[in-house]
Amino acid sequence: MSEPRSTQEWPLWEVFVRARRGLSHQHVGSLHAPDATMALRNARDIYTRRSEGVSLWVVPAAAIVASSPDEKDEFFDPAGDKAYRHPTFYDIPDEVQHL
Amino acid sequence: MSDTLLAPDVATYALRLGDDALVLAQRLGEWVANAPQLEEDVALANIALDLLGQARSLLTYAGASEGQGRTEDDLAFLRDERAFVNVTMVEIANGDFGVTMARQLCFSTYQLGLYDVLRASSDETLAGVAGKAVKEVAYHRDHATQWVLRLGDGTDESHNRMQAGLERVWPHVDELFEADDLERRLSATGVGVDTSTLRAPWDAYVDGVLARAGLTRPDASWLAAGGRRGLHTEAFGHLLAEMQHLHRSHPGASW
Repeated sequence: MSEPRSTQEWPLWEVFVRARRGLSHQHVGSLHAPDATMALRNARDIYTRRSEGVSLWVVPAAAIVASSPDEKDEFFDPAGDKAYRHPTFYDIPDEVQHL
Repeated sequence: MSDTLLAPDVATYALRLGDDALVLAQRLGEWVANAPQLEEDVALANIALDLLGQARSLLTYAGASEGQGRTEDDLAFLRDERAFVNVTMVEIANGDFGVTMARQLCFSTYQLGLYDVLRASSDETLAGVAGKAVKEVAYHRDHATQWVLRLGDGTDESHNRMQAGLERVWPHVDELFEADDLERRLSATGVGVDTSTLRAPWDAYVDGVLARAGLTRPDASWLAAGGRRGLHTEAFGHLLAEMQHLHRSHPGASW
């Protein structure tokens, strides 16, 4: 039997899992799938088979807009010396808990 | 259940359902590291492990109902071919992905219908196993459905191979719904399922998928039969040899 091979790889999808109600979805990894429906099923099989989650998102990796390493300096360095942006300059009364 | 009179029947019945699950689990396990994509390796392995879990519960229960002290391992690894009572559909060799998906669609639709009714069994153990398994098998059927739709409605090549897969599996469909005396006795007492009642819903679901996929319902030129009586296809001996080899070579070996 001839085995014609597809020259087209399946697209890449990024997978986000919500571990339980009240938490936000966290990025857990990526996978290949031919379309969104199958991506969701593959995500279920690969990332939640040990009860890791109660909700799944899959997003086409191509749809993610990422910051560029070239812009790293102007994007992130200016925040480095602005310690006053951290809420650490307040005296917190001893009675306040869970902060 | 009305226990002692029924116990041998229940043992055989649990063995049938357990053998179906065990043999299909073994077949699906053969795909690991061979599937078209890494993602499918994992999907098929998950399905195989669901089935293996069902098989363990059912074979353990079969051994207990039989009352001769046989464990799940004894039943899985130390019986010969003629003592296995699975339907022949589950032993069909994997073939290409089209054959496997055709087998998955046909069998999981049958198994889902069966477990759905068995959930209300008067036998608590069978009802419990079915209640847990029904969610697993609903996913198995969905997985197969998604693939049959995509392959049937895909390229000429995928369509032809999906159709060929259906042709390969179809002669084994009627056997799924063949009720015998034991099954009729058990369904009359509310323990088992009269599989002949599952045929119409099975046809409706599978025909619906085939229509959406642009596939043609095959006409079987021959019909398989006899799995429940221990009559199996040639491929089955090879499957058993591989499955049982380790246990028979190293009796009592454990992890």
